[in-house]
Amino acid sequence: MKKIFLCLILITAFVLQQSCNKKLDEVNLSYQPLSPANIDLNAGTWKTILIGVPDSFPSVAKPVAPTTPGYIAEINEIKSWQRNITGEQKEIIKYWSAGSVLRWNEILRNLVAKHNIPPYQNEDGTYPFPSAANPFAYPVFPFSNPPYAARAYAYVSAAQYDALVAAYHYKAAYNRPAPYKIDSSVNALIPKSDLPSYPSEDGAVIGATIELLKLLFPADLSYIEQKADENRLYRIIAGANVRSEVEAGEALGKAVAQKFTARARTDRAGAAIGTSVLWAQLESQTAATGEIPWMSQEIPKRPPMLPLFGKVKTFLFDSATMVSIRPPAPPSTKSSEFKTELDEVLYYSKNPTTERMKIVQFWGDGVNTPSPPGHWDAIAADAFVKSNFSEVRWARNMALLNMAMMDAAIACWDTKYLYFNPRASQVNPEIKTLTGLPNFPSYTSGHSTFSGAAATILGYIIPSKATVFNDMASEASLSRLYGAIHYRSDIEFGLKCGQRVGSFAIQRALTDGAD
Amino acid sequence: MSACCLVASTPAHSQTDADGVMMSKNNFCSGVMYNYSSWENYWEGTHKRNNANLGTVSTQMLGVMGNYGVTDKLNVLFGIPYVKTKATGGQLHGMKGIQDLSLWIKYVALEKNVGNGVISLYTIAGFSFPVSDYNADFLPLAIGLHSKNLSLRGMVDYQVGNWFATASATYVVRDNIKIYRTSYYTTEMHYTNEVKMPDAAQFNLRAGYRSDRFMAEAFFSKWKTLGGFDITKNNMPFPSNKMNMTAVGLNVKYNIKHVAGLSLIGGSNFTVAGRNVGEATSYDAGIFYILDFTKAKKSSHNPKKS
Repeated sequence: MKKIFLCLILITAFVLQQSCNKKLDEVNLSYQPLSPANIDLNAGTWKTILIGVPDSFPSVAKPVAPTTPGYIAEINEIKSWQRNITGEQKEIIKYWSAGSVLRWNEILRNLVAKHNIPPYQNEDGTYPFPSAANPFAYPVFPFSNPPYAARAYAYVSAAQYDALVAAYHYKAAYNRPAPYKIDSSVNALIPKSDLPSYPSEDGAVIGATIELLKLLFPADLSYIEQKADENRLYRIIAGANVRSEVEAGEALGKAVAQKFTARARTDRAGAAIGTSVLWAQLESQTAATGEIPWMSQEIPKRPPMLPLFGKVKTFLFDSATMVSIRPPAPPSTKSSEFKTELDEVLYYSKNPTTERMKIVQFWGDGVNTPSPPGHWDAIAADAFVKSNFSEVRWARNMALLNMAMMDAAIACWDTKYLYFNPRASQVNPEIKTLTGLPNFPSYTSGHSTFSGAAATILGYIIPSKATVFNDMASEASLSRLYGAIHYRSDIEFGLKCGQRVGSFAIQRALTDGAD
Repeated sequence: MSACCLVASTPAHSQTDADGVMMSKNNFCSGVMYNYSSWENYWEGTHKRNNANLGTVSTQMLGVMGNYGVTDKLNVLFGIPYVKTKATGGQLHGMKGIQDLSLWIKYVALEKNVGNGVISLYTIAGFSFPVSDYNADFLPLAIGLHSKNLSLRGMVDYQVGNWFATASATYVVRDNIKIYRTSYYTTEMHYTNEVKMPDAAQFNLRAGYRSDRFMAEAFFSKWKTLGGFDITKNNMPFPSNKMNMTAVGLNVKYNIKHVAGLSLIGGSNFTVAGRNVGEATSYDAGIFYILDFTKAKKSSHNPKKS
């Protein structure tokens, strides 16, 4: 008996030891260094979003000749870093070499997830709103809910794209080779490239991104600066840029970003929260039509999320077009069709299966997540890393995707607040939800609209995966019905509207000079 | 089954893996336990609050348990519960299902007369693993954390006459869990469906009276997660949160006079302090029966000291 016991102890110890290996396999940390199939040297001619033809940025002066003492000193800086390279610096190179558009998109997703938490109520049962003027006070600015997130991703991606088109314009114009090409004793710690290195593409991305993030995530600038420092250092240690190339890129990125921050300040998003008068009016005007108006089911009742976000300025089409793609009215809450749809939601609430729960959870993208647009950015990033895009093409594709999703958010929010339709659990309290219930009207589904738009443009960018993306969008859409938070009309019309929005992104892609 | 937290808070009752009582050789004690646990207040990090959008969160648990005496000094125990959760407020749907199977080996390493009493040292090794595909990523209504746990416990028991005191310390190794999402946020984003679960430590102190017929004890228990992170303000809980709790409780057991081997148990406990857990009040009741495979006279739960 003692032997058996000893044996058991040994087995236990073994399993214990095995279990101690808790390291996680995080997909994004295994991405390989960027090594584009096509360096897109002509990207300076691609159609920009806001800056027009990118040939008038005086900050990008002609670079000095490689024989000047100033340049030689900069080469020596690289060599001195490389001579004393640390393990930590190698990790920084490994991380950032996957591409700065990718990594900054990840950083942005991290910020969105961190701030995607609804504010806690005041003592008196009202709710505080974050204030950009006082970003550190609770609730910390911003509450990056899905519309806020969609807009943030779009502005950052679009600004990065224009900044890179401008950078590539000057790269082609000045044609300065990378440090490791000029001095063979500089090691290339990333795959070598024929892309001219002045101004630095990473610098352009850093400059544009920081300017936008100052506006979008002002309470996190120390974290953002720390990441920017890593990005700058990576380029220099890796032998990819001398410091002045990074600085010139950054100055260019900042200059480009001015157009975007100016647009962001006047795109009407700042007023999207509405007022208590408006919130009451939305309810009374819907009630006046004889329909059941949406009501917050939170206790205490929380004001509806960004009721005027539907008025925000779109990127890919004008306001008249938005009216033309607006989904038709949902089934009347008095109709038998509505009753049928309500019963379907009740069915999914009462009969959760493991398979459906997996789908609901996978696409949950609720509180403390990068939100649905961030989820689609992650899906896109996984696909783009396998496509060997150049940095500028990454930016272009991310901009198309994120502008489409921002416009999808605007179109969806326009629809939600026009019809102000109640959630199924409001009409039938027997319905309990299998995911968090969002605090805004039901029709149409945000997830469906985002996913329709995302899958459509991604299917254009990577045609071989079009079916996969469409299937994912359908699943994302259905997840909201399975989760008992949306009717079938919400998800079907949402998906369709999203696909229409996505088609405008395709129209832009067809004419931007990149394909 | 040593869970805790905003999930099914397993009572520290046991009568089994954390007490100084052994089954005699070839005796098999098994039974069912019912537990009802609920909380209205919880700790969001260190901040205690309630949440009208959850109301009262309750957990009902129906467990089957057994304890077999391989020898007088070596017992093998198991437990498997069915768990059902519910929130009285808000919109979230409750969850239900079979949770984790727990197995323990309990060994009396030393038994010695000291003073007027007997001191015994035990080592207990436990292993628990989920037996259904339940979703851990649905706190506070998930029925469990879905981790495979290994626990090693050292325990000392001192008995003088019918009075006893037992102290134990446990280290729990918790394996990574898998959730249905492919990314999640802790204090930063992680792009994987695997979640690193912090290990945990447990301390337990119990004292009371036990005889062949009757047992009554009071206990104090502490569960501490070694790592993990706090729930941020107004956020949802997550399986790898730092979850600490301190509970006090009472247990009684009564061996029915007329039916040898049949016993009834009951108990309750209260969470008195916590972090990222519910301030739970818990009640349990159970019925156990001893089968004697030696065909000799049925032994009581506490043969060695009677």
